Amino acid sequence: MARKKTIRTIPQERTPVSEQDPKERVTNFEEVSHRYSQEDALLESDRCLMCPEQPCVAGCPVGINIPGFIQKINDKDYRGAYDVITATNLLPAICGRVCPQETQCEGVCTVGDTLEPVAIGRLERFVGDMAINAGWANVPYIEPVPFRIGIVGAGPAGMACAADMAKAGCEVTVYEAFHQSGGVLRYGIPEFRLPNPVIDAEMGNLEKLGVTFECNTLVGRLFSIEQMIDELGFHAVFIGTGAGYPSMLGVPGDSLNGVLSANELLTRCNLMHAREFPNYDTPMPPARRVAVVGAGNTAMDAMRVCLRLGAEEVYCVYRRSRIEAPARAEEVHHAEEEGVRFKWLTNPVEVLGDDEGGVRAMRCVRMELGEPDDSGRRRPVPVAGSEHDIEVDLVVVAIGTNANPIIGQTSKLALNKWGYIEADEHLATSMPGVFAGGDIVTGAATVIEAMGAGRKAARSMKHYLGIRDVDAPYFVDGADTLFGIDLRERNFVRVRVPA
Amino acid sequence: MADDPQSRFEIVAREDFSDATYLLEVRHPLMARAARPGQFVIVMSHEHGERIPLTIADYDREEGTITLVIQAVGKSTREMQQTCTVGTHLYGMVGPMGMPSPLGKAKKVLCVGGGLGVAPIYPQMKGFKEAGAYVIAVIGFRTKSLVFWQEKFEACCDELILCTDDGSAGVEGRVTTGMELAIAKHPDIDECVAIGPPIMMKGAAEVTRPHGIKTMVSLNPVMIDGTGMCGGCRVKVGDTVKFACVDGPDFDGHKVDFDDLMARLGRFSSQEKAAMKRWSDECRMAKPVSPAGGKE
Repeated sequence: MARKKTIRTIPQERTPVSEQDPKERVTNFEEVSHRYSQEDALLESDRCLMCPEQPCVAGCPVGINIPGFIQKINDKDYRGAYDVITATNLLPAICGRVCPQETQCEGVCTVGDTLEPVAIGRLERFVGDMAINAGWANVPYIEPVPFRIGIVGAGPAGMACAADMAKAGCEVTVYEAFHQSGGVLRYGIPEFRLPNPVIDAEMGNLEKLGVTFECNTLVGRLFSIEQMIDELGFHAVFIGTGAGYPSMLGVPGDSLNGVLSANELLTRCNLMHAREFPNYDTPMPPARRVAVVGAGNTAMDAMRVCLRLGAEEVYCVYRRSRIEAPARAEEVHHAEEEGVRFKWLTNPVEVLGDDEGGVRAMRCVRMELGEPDDSGRRRPVPVAGSEHDIEVDLVVVAIGTNANPIIGQTSKLALNKWGYIEADEHLATSMPGVFAGGDIVTGAATVIEAMGAGRKAARSMKHYLGIRDVDAPYFVDGADTLFGIDLRERNFVRVRVPA
Repeated sequence: MADDPQSRFEIVAREDFSDATYLLEVRHPLMARAARPGQFVIVMSHEHGERIPLTIADYDREEGTITLVIQAVGKSTREMQQTCTVGTHLYGMVGPMGMPSPLGKAKKVLCVGGGLGVAPIYPQMKGFKEAGAYVIAVIGFRTKSLVFWQEKFEACCDELILCTDDGSAGVEGRVTTGMELAIAKHPDIDECVAIGPPIMMKGAAEVTRPHGIKTMVSLNPVMIDGTGMCGGCRVKVGDTVKFACVDGPDFDGHKVDFDDLMARLGRFSSQEKAAMKRWSDECRMAKPVSPAGGKE
């Protein structure tokens, strides 16, 4: 029995993680943060109080048994830690890197009330990376059930749903419009935050579960959601197509050739490897001086990509102040370290062109914060007479996205007034057997929230199909068994309820 | 349908119309079943390739094939001209993308295709014909040697006006000349569809504007995903900004800002030139080493 830990006896300082030097890393696409060594991980795992309240578990959108896996690390049972995580999340190396832990598990960590919270994300990544290096994969015994599941979109929501349905014994096919799977993990998040081999490895685990990926397949246009149910023989369908349709600035000069969405910049760079042009055929727009409009994670990624592609000056132009910036604190910090110049409380009013249809400058106004708006944030209002030009040759727009219209155009699914798919609290849509989750339901959110939605939809789907769901033990208050079934078992036991 | 890249997107037929224009028939039974006039595909010829949007020129639901007509203008399309032989496979082909053309009520339709645009106008013309309209087709080429699908058009439409810039075949002049002739003869044309280079579509829209003939054009801006995600293909239509990939590709030709479209098509011209030069240099270097692999 481990000794009783208290806030006074645990290591007081958060175990630091080494990072590539900012000067060095802006010249490459290698990962910024290194991973914990075993010593680091052991030391950090000592900081978890194993408190009975476990607020971190509730703070995790997929409900990972966080104290459970940290205890396993502390016991040096790394494989055991992997088993605990993968009982709820098949993608620890991805989530450990891209989750906004400070607002989720770490944001509610008991240790964090007094000291820096336990570095849960770094520990999760430590376990995930170790699994990839060691070739671990948890492929449970799966008893087949006679159901076929179609998943639309191979991003985080679709992958999470696919994993759960495959583990429940269903035959799962994931359709992806791009030529590679991964969704935003692949096209959006740059390799210095999430290397492609990490995505490949964790996607590979899904294939080991028997999930089939069909790329180059645009659902809605190649076949409709209705056809998936009526003709292609799917018993249930999950739609996780993600956000799309980037908002543009809506100011004069918006259509100049030097103005593009962050989605386009990132897709060119990440998915299409434009940074390796001309070895890859997709080109990148020239970028010497860049203004990125917006201050979310996508904006930070776009800025840091531009720096790595050789831009001399990169500005972040955001109409609110740093406190309101939606990006993860770490991303803002990293961008700042790398030399991004932040222009808080600044809003573009016009993009000025040169003689060749390119961009010469962006005209901005300064803003000040007024009364709180609907979102509870103070509304920025322009300061009279504050117009000024920022000399740039590329403007990247990262101010959010609207609903992608394709599923709406091609199905009878009910949409809300913004065009997002209408889903109830179980993520069921207006069409029987069809579930939806992630950005196409909620609007732009995080990877892990999308995964949480995918898992939630999977639970509803099992319910709909009559598969008893016992794979979410951490949603059962304190119980280790349910209907006499040991929930701590790694293999999932399920009973088909006769119709 | 297995997810083995080797078994997908097989090129089952090819025809070369000229030294720059070629036709590929690609096997994709599901897509052949789903395709409608006006839609397009995005192809990648190899793993390092770019995503190239191409309007569907024809589809055969029985044979399960999609027909594409491609003009070798840049690095990727020239490379495809060399590598895409019968029996080979494209790395990727996704579609059908975009909104199908709204065919329907028109009783007398003018279908105008210029150059490569002759290919994608074909399914629209066929669609109008099947919907019971009287169809006058105007197709235009630079010169006689570049003419393709004349018989195919003759077999389908009610009247065909062939134009060549140099007068070597049909009427001398551009498609706009042919359009004027058609409109003079048929004052009751109630719809026009024009596909071709932006400058041609702009000209076509100007021909019909004074006559108040509804004119649809099919736009071909630079695209990446083709699913509404990147916004690279945004075009100005009237007072609004539309994404050609999901809101189009067909728009009201009298409202499209063609100057904006043409400027945006030049977005990557310097990079395209660089890629082209590098590639042709490589080809020249490679030629003596592999005489069997070269074209005749």
